[in-house]
Amino acid sequence: MPQLKPGEMNLGTTIMACQFADGVVVCADSRTTMGSYIANRVTDKLTQVHDRIFCCRSGSAADTQAVADIVHYHLQLYGVQEETAPTVQTAATLFQKLVYDNKNGLMAGIIIGGWDPVDGPSVYSIPLGGSLHKRPFAIGGSGSTYIYGYCDANYHEGMSREEAIQFCKNSVSLAMSRDGSSGGTIRLAIITKDNVERIFVPGNELPTFWEG
Amino acid sequence: MGSIGTGYDLSASTYSPDGRIFQVEYALKAVENSGTCIGIKTIDGVVLAHEKLVQSKLLVPQSNNRIQTIDMHIGFVAAGLLADSRHLAKRAREEAENYRSTYRKPIPSTMIAKRISGYVSAFTLYSSVRPFGLSTIVASVDVHGPALYMIEPSGLYYGYNATAVGKGSQLAKTELEKLDFKTLTAAEAVKHAARIIHMVHDESKDKDFELELTWISPQSNGKHAVVPKDIKDEAERLAKAALDDEMDED
Repeated sequence: MPQLKPGEMNLGTTIMACQFADGVVVCADSRTTMGSYIANRVTDKLTQVHDRIFCCRSGSAADTQAVADIVHYHLQLYGVQEETAPTVQTAATLFQKLVYDNKNGLMAGIIIGGWDPVDGPSVYSIPLGGSLHKRPFAIGGSGSTYIYGYCDANYHEGMSREEAIQFCKNSVSLAMSRDGSSGGTIRLAIITKDNVERIFVPGNELPTFWEG
Repeated sequence: MGSIGTGYDLSASTYSPDGRIFQVEYALKAVENSGTCIGIKTIDGVVLAHEKLVQSKLLVPQSNNRIQTIDMHIGFVAAGLLADSRHLAKRAREEAENYRSTYRKPIPSTMIAKRISGYVSAFTLYSSVRPFGLSTIVASVDVHGPALYMIEPSGLYYGYNATAVGKGSQLAKTELEKLDFKTLTAAEAVKHAARIIHMVHDESKDKDFELELTWISPQSNGKHAVVPKDIKDEAERLAKAALDDEMDED
């Protein structure tokens, strides 16, 4: 089982992606830790690997950045050689190959979300072992364990853009309030055929629930 | 007879004073002496045909076919040195399989043509190897539809509606230009391919030949397959009848 090395940055994290009719919402908290020290409280864990394809990174910060960079390179080359945008499935396949083939040395949990003309909106989840799961929505990272119940109870198919955004915000906020490795602010990216819109939710504007 | 290289033609890594690489041009000679190969792209598929010259009555019929399958959706035929053709087809299969393995989907037509051409052109760069003595026709159907490419010994390749290589390619191309590609179907193209092969076959120079006929069509479920016997036999019957008609017109 891969372990974080001494001094390695941990994307403790809560990450999430959710499909809706016209696109995908990807969402993450903003905390990077080194043990109990918060190395970065405004991290951007949503990394763009192509025009309409994003990945959410959890696990080792270094490992996930390296993998995302390699996939970004391959997708750029693919787009230029084939003269057509890569599909989300292609991106997910490339991520999977890297994570599985290097499973002993990497600690990377990745969620891929994007839109392409072939399949429309798609969400893929690649947990630590390097298996690939296509789902309508996916949650990941240490904080996700606290929100499985909430997500299962509140997800429904055919969500509108606003409903999907609110669903993600609420879920990540709840996870952040229970998981020490998640916190700070919420970052979202809404990916549709026409564009990518980034939303930033500062700490004082997070959705609040019963705080006791 | 083309111009003689005299000293500039000993290796593929030497240019002639007028900017030609003679080794690559000589490779084309190997192609010209080979049995005719035809490819026709239609609105619903692609057809490949080959005039397989039979050197000996001892050869088993329908064996030693030159039309090969690269992946389920790709057919491949080359005019020129048969051994080179087997080598290139093997490499093409490896490229197609490698693409499937990396991207988890079948290789698009543009990409297989590009990879084959890249491999062929690599052999024109060094004096330690010789260029492929092949002109290759690649037929495939992918998500964008049917496609037909031809790769020359230099590695140069183009997409075509129809093309021919080998002995009777000049005559074949003249006939192919008469086809209407906007409406042509695979079923019709099979008949034209058979007719044109029979037409370009030179009875006086080469006695025996077998027609190889394959397609990728709705009837073959988008897979590269040998044209079914009954359809092939009918196409050959019509081809021979057309030839007889022409002779009667004298």
